[in-house]
Amino acid sequence: MKINNFNRMKLEKVNELISGTILQDCHSSCDYTKAFASDLMSDVLRFMMEDTVLITGLCTIQAIRTAEMSNISCIVFARDKRVTEDMLKLAKEKHIAVIVTKSTMFEVSGKLYQGGLEPVY
Amino acid sequence: MIMMMRYNIEGGDFSAAGRASSEVKKTLKQFNISSLVLRRIAVALYEAEMNVVAHAWKGIMNVDIQPQRISVVIEDEGPGIEDIGKAMEEGFSTASDEVRQMGFGAGMGLPNIKRNSDEMILSSTPNVGTRLEITVNF
Repeated sequence: MKINNFNRMKLEKVNELISGTILQDCHSSCDYTKAFASDLMSDVLRFMMEDTVLITGLCTIQAIRTAEMSNISCIVFARDKRVTEDMLKLAKEKHIAVIVTKSTMFEVSGKLYQGGLEPVY
Repeated sequence: MIMMMRYNIEGGDFSAAGRASSEVKKTLKQFNISSLVLRRIAVALYEAEMNVVAHAWKGIMNVDIQPQRISVVIEDEGPGIEDIGKAMEEGFSTASDEVRQMGFGAGMGLPNIKRNSDEMILSSTPNVGTRLEITVNF
């Protein structure tokens, strides 16, 4: 059952909803209001991404770079991807939180939508 | 604030792709520029930098920061663009599988650059290289 009153959530709440593991905290008090799921970074770069959680299965350094350029401060790597040391180092430097989860992008999107995050258009 | 910066971009070096754009964004953060304008500049430069890494052999990014605007010229040595009109169409791409695996190469780079810049001038000579000039007003 979907009960979606759009609301704000902290990093810990995002992590809890998707049963993830926070590999890197962004150490900000950001209230996330939206989420965007894509493996295509050019698609991510098209939209306004303030206060948005990026959900992706593309586990490369370019996902971190894309987040940096788009002012995204939280990335969820779905499908049990392995995040490299280089990626974590860059994420730390750019104050970007990194969460990993075994759930698929579909599951993560569903849970965060149900939890109250809005889509990005 | 008046500042000039210059960065080399290596073709094919995907792990380094974005470093130049990141440096520019970091520099601009020191000034009183809105985060939305900062994002437009960063996205346009990053897509342009990715284009050099993805398609060219090497390139140079020349950045000119003035009080009211930033102008960036990205020049590369590479295969160039046969048909600029076609390259500007969303969805048209000549990118390799390697580029696509990095989350790019869907034919959205140049349209993204145009959308995020106030002025964009693109010229190219096949088998020689490409020159892209981007201006964003603060």
